[in-house]
Amino acid sequence: MLKLFASLLVLCCCTTAGATESYRMPKLDIGKGGQCVKDPQWMRINHMHLLLHQRDETVHKGIRDEQYSLKNCIECHASARDNSVIGRADSFCEGCHRYEAVKIDCFECHSGKRRSAWLQKGSN
Amino acid sequence: MSFRQTKICLAAEGIELSDINVQRRQFLKTSVGAAAVTIAPGMLLFDMAHGKSEAVSSKIRWGMLIDTAKCVDGCNDCVTACNKENGLAGGLSSGGLSPTGSQWIRKVELKDMRGGRTLSLPMMCQHCENPPCVDVCPTGASFKRADGIVLVDKHLCIGCRYCMMACPYKARSFVHEPLHDQKPDVPRGKGTVESCTMCVHRVDKGQQPACAEACPNKSIMFGNLNDPDSKISKKIRTVASTQVRADLGLNTGIRYQGL
Repeated sequence: MLKLFASLLVLCCCTTAGATESYRMPKLDIGKGGQCVKDPQWMRINHMHLLLHQRDETVHKGIRDEQYSLKNCIECHASARDNSVIGRADSFCEGCHRYEAVKIDCFECHSGKRRSAWLQKGSN
Repeated sequence: MSFRQTKICLAAEGIELSDINVQRRQFLKTSVGAAAVTIAPGMLLFDMAHGKSEAVSSKIRWGMLIDTAKCVDGCNDCVTACNKENGLAGGLSSGGLSPTGSQWIRKVELKDMRGGRTLSLPMMCQHCENPPCVDVCPTGASFKRADGIVLVDKHLCIGCRYCMMACPYKARSFVHEPLHDQKPDVPRGKGTVESCTMCVHRVDKGQQPACAEACPNKSIMFGNLNDPDSKISKKIRTVASTQVRADLGLNTGIRYQGL
């Protein structure tokens, strides 16, 4: 009986998760996908904690771990079209943040552009 | 059964000592292997990260020695390099001259009114050991890194500008206008105070600050003041150098030669 209940519960969870995945989720223009830090679902929920922790580590202690740096996130996930994670409804950061109605203030100071693109522009 | 008894028993059962040695060897092999596996992921992580995962330490104190004799009157290369490196507008805005542009480094011309001797020198954040800007900051945004670089954590800065009042060198600027297209290495934003970071993003990569690199006469020497064998420490030991407003007892990281 218990086994049946458990399997039903698992089944329910799976279908709910599946439904959440497909339900009007924003379509994002991800420059380069793939898993770098953790799986996408975990990152959707927790990325801000990693960024917040890393920002203090970097600013105060000079720990520049590239894996968790905002600059490195942007380097891969910026759109291939405009080299940016912000500015459009399907941009990597802005797409989800618009959908969730959560204001991002990172990019009032930080550049939302891919660093390599910025450097190229500077050398031209 | 005591140890001695065991030994006797083993001998009696005809187990050769060499068997035990083989077993021991195998045990050692497996444990070394296990240790290697445990170390390997860490090493892999380090290889993948490509960043600097160590915190800066107080064993280093970054500083500069500026030779005013080599600094040429009218030369502005350090200022230009600083503006370019950090994405500062250099007193210009889209509508022409901006009265509110940030200055992280400026050239100062001095004249001895009696003797008539003129001097030219760059002036910027002096990266004090006891920085007044850090003392007065109400939010802890203004801070000194372990390696002596004085910075503003703009995540915490509320733009009260108390540090600008406290600084005897007028080294800090307030960002009045909204900024766009900041450099990825140098985040800057409206409503926060900023100043010379000693090009912390370059220093952490093992490079020199932009001004020191750009000076055509090599009048800015950058190095570790805590290392007695560094070029800068050796020079400070041999030539007379002064700290600006040494009377305040701030122990600045920037020293001037020939002032």
